[in-house]
Amino acid sequence: MTRRGWILSAPLIGAVLAGLGWAGFAPIEVSSREQLFEIPKGTYARRRAGDLVEILPDRIRLTVGLNDVLLIRNFDDVPQTFGPAIMMPGQSFRLPFERAASYQFICTAHASGQLTVDVEAEPVTPWARIHWRARQWWENRKK
Amino acid sequence: MLLGMALAAGAEPPRLSPPADLFKAGTLSPVMPAPEVALTGSDGKPFSIARFRGKVVLLAFGFSNCGEVCPITLATLAGARKKLGAEAADVQVAYVTVDPERDTAAQMKKFLGSFDATFVGGVGTRAQLEAAYESYGISVSKVTNPDGSYTLGHSSSIYMIDREGGLRAVMPYGHPVDDFVHDLKILLQFS
Repeated sequence: MTRRGWILSAPLIGAVLAGLGWAGFAPIEVSSREQLFEIPKGTYARRRAGDLVEILPDRIRLTVGLNDVLLIRNFDDVPQTFGPAIMMPGQSFRLPFERAASYQFICTAHASGQLTVDVEAEPVTPWARIHWRARQWWENRKK
Repeated sequence: MLLGMALAAGAEPPRLSPPADLFKAGTLSPVMPAPEVALTGSDGKPFSIARFRGKVVLLAFGFSNCGEVCPITLATLAGARKKLGAEAADVQVAYVTVDPERDTAAQMKKFLGSFDATFVGGVGTRAQLEAAYESYGISVSKVTNPDGSYTLGHSSSIYMIDREGGLRAVMPYGHPVDDFVHDLKILLQFS
């Protein structure tokens, strides 16, 4: 690259490095540690009628220290089982995770009856923070 | 001031509810009465949730021939009671069998007593037990071994019931003693 090319691209390189520096070293702040999912009224009736309605994703990803609490609200007219708990109509179940692991749960709100919760370790290294932020940005972009 | 007026008027003080985010266990909100069970205790007395009213109850399901999960759970609960010291007098472990074919009251008493003499087992007919499983969402699956013997897979969470009989929290299998001590102290303090 010519000297002129370097001079022209220097601001861009600087901006990228500054962005990576921020993404790697700035503390991650989240508005809530709870990941909320709701089971709407009529879910059971719809499923009985043959509608393979999907309320929750098959896999939920959480991160220790950032969003590490699963909050399920049952607005349906019948009890729903999520993992170890039966939620009565109008009841919520709040399940915190402190250890990174993959957890399998029975979930009656799923057509498959199964839900996997992948809990990842808190991103404490610069690279882990960059990776976490990049993935969040990508997932938010898809919504 | 309102509390003082209520007490002066002879009314019961309002129940304080611990914030859900204090718990290590999963919490249910609003708190509803724990489903009742009608079984026979390993001590020969009727086994029901109402019987233990006034104590914090740790309710779990398992069987005496269990090779791994149940011994770990029971050792953890015994460890938690030990760590609580004098406060453990207000904590009752109630263990319902998932193996009515083999678990008699005497068998459960012997099995549970090897962990903590205060633990009470619940046994009963298949119909009585299945009603209890349904109420708590317990799944039980039988696995037959090549030699004709069998073992059982079963739900292994621990249900935490407050002194008033409210099903307040559910601790998934695998939590350490300190997590139970942490949550029991909250339940003992608030309820």
